[in-house]
Amino acid sequence: MYSRAYKSFVSLPPLVWVGLFLLLPYTLMLAHSFWVVRDGFIVHEWNLQNYRTLATNPVYVQVLLRSMRIAASVTLCSLLLGYPLAYYLSFYAGARKEILYQLVIVPLWISYLVRGYAWKTILGSDGVLNGFLQYLHLTNAPVGFLLYSPFAVILMLTHIYTPFVFLPIYAALEHIPRPLVEASQDLGASPFKTFLRVILPLSLPGLLAGATFAFVLSLGDFLAPLLVGGASGTMIANIVQSLFGAAYDWPLGAAISVCILLITVTLLFFTERLAKRWAFR
Amino acid sequence: MSLGSAIPQPLEEERAARPLLEVRVVVKRFGNHEVLKGISLTIAAGEFITLLGESGSGKTTMLRLIAGFEQPSSGEIWMNGSRLDTLPPYKRRVNTVFQQYALFPHLNVRDNVAYGLRVTNTPSIEIDTRVIDALRMVKMDSFASARPATLSGGQQQRVALARALVNRPLLLLLDEPLSALDANLRKEMQSELKSLQREVGITFLFVTHDQDEAMALSDRIALLRNGALEQIGSPREIYSHPATAYTARFIGQTNLLRAEIRGGVATCGALRWPTSAPDGPAVFSLRPEAIRLADTVADSAAANPSAPEARFAAIVKQQLYGGASELLEVECGGQTLRVKISARGPLSGKQDFIFSAKDAVRVTE
Repeated sequence: MYSRAYKSFVSLPPLVWVGLFLLLPYTLMLAHSFWVVRDGFIVHEWNLQNYRTLATNPVYVQVLLRSMRIAASVTLCSLLLGYPLAYYLSFYAGARKEILYQLVIVPLWISYLVRGYAWKTILGSDGVLNGFLQYLHLTNAPVGFLLYSPFAVILMLTHIYTPFVFLPIYAALEHIPRPLVEASQDLGASPFKTFLRVILPLSLPGLLAGATFAFVLSLGDFLAPLLVGGASGTMIANIVQSLFGAAYDWPLGAAISVCILLITVTLLFFTERLAKRWAFR
Repeated sequence: MSLGSAIPQPLEEERAARPLLEVRVVVKRFGNHEVLKGISLTIAAGEFITLLGESGSGKTTMLRLIAGFEQPSSGEIWMNGSRLDTLPPYKRRVNTVFQQYALFPHLNVRDNVAYGLRVTNTPSIEIDTRVIDALRMVKMDSFASARPATLSGGQQQRVALARALVNRPLLLLLDEPLSALDANLRKEMQSELKSLQREVGITFLFVTHDQDEAMALSDRIALLRNGALEQIGSPREIYSHPATAYTARFIGQTNLLRAEIRGGVATCGALRWPTSAPDGPAVFSLRPEAIRLADTVADSAAANPSAPEARFAAIVKQQLYGGASELLEVECGGQTLRVKISARGPLSGKQDFIFSAKDAVRVTE
């Protein structure tokens, strides 16, 4: 076996990493959330002022609820796109499987920012989509709601997170032993019933993992709303960003971050429990 | 006798004689590879028939064609007078016991067995009683709430059987269902399978590469070789009258004798025996147990002319003790023969052996 010295030697770097870049920042964030800003300075005075502000000022709750609505829409849309895609690839694509799989993965290689700007170009009032609609004479003037709206944010985030939803679902589907599908049909179940009673239940853990990815990542996203969201598409992470930046209210920003963290951790806790219950093998 | 009563008579007989399943010149190709080369086969209702063959002989493909997981490249399959091969698997009154059982991991034993009844919208009261009956039949009723993953191989096997039989199929397909079990359990399941088949009266089509299993279980054996039907018949028929050298070797052990026939006498090295076959070269199969030691007084008496016997001397090269019997390898004029005799003390040196001429069965190469 390995010596104790060797064990501590190899475990030191990850421990230092976790301590420096995870535990320390989280502790600082938690501490800041209980401090206040007075006369332009952060005062190390422990109180619940920031949490009181969050509870009483409806703006924060509204933006938080909007962020959750957007994240939920993104999750739903990515599932609606990602699941059928994964199902098709796993069960029906045949020889085209490899190439299609690569095509789903390729967008992940392209910078998030580039894809954001691409949507700006497509959705803007001089954008590709508006130009096309006017060329078809479907509209006379540019359609405004395409860009700088929650719709644009949902569209862009769906585009970005669909591969993340696709991957775990595809992996789960690939792991379903094919004789189970044959057994189901052998016992009299049509392909549709086989999907509902065998394939869907056995792919639930993958579906859950994908949905969690999409929801948690979209909930904390600030670039998509910054690029294509406009005022009506502002999300909670943008508020945090401005509080830490121009507004110079780190304590309030930290308090909001703690709230988002709590929501995320609670969500992960429940999905983890669900995943355990749905793990059949 | 009136005409009215005379007419239904032959129809009645025809129905009784009509086979349950008819495979008509079925060919199956995968790419350029012909896996089944025009198989024709009829199976009667209530029969226990085994498709026996080495891996790659096409036996599993045949099963999958009947279950509906594959389509024949040409030929037809009929069941009870209607076309079967054009129906999707879920519309066939055929159920399968899969090699690795294929139990649904997310359902408990009860729900696994109820699956077929639920997806075909059977009334729930009926489902409950039928599931319990099926589980009792395979002695798994006390495991109704267990998940498949917690069961042993033999128990999973029983659940898989119950899950198939509960649907009362016209034909049950079994794809090497015992191959994953250890030797003792396998023997036990063989006899249970046989009595179960008698009890439910459902036609069983069993696939295996194990000739002993096929012999023990089947009413008839269909031996497949390279996608073609080599021989079909009852185990006794096939064993005592193998049509080909391949069959003789595959089913049981045998000595293949390449003989030259002249004037009603076959000669193969030092062996000579009378035969009714015409002159020329011929191959004979002589089972090891058909040869015995010629050391008793009865054997030394003159050969009975109604059952001509052949006698030869051979050197015992090896003796394998097998409990009730022993297997000898003897050498006689440069050729090695296998001899199976009931157990007796060690043998060595030159011994006299004897076999009955009718036990040397002529086979084609």
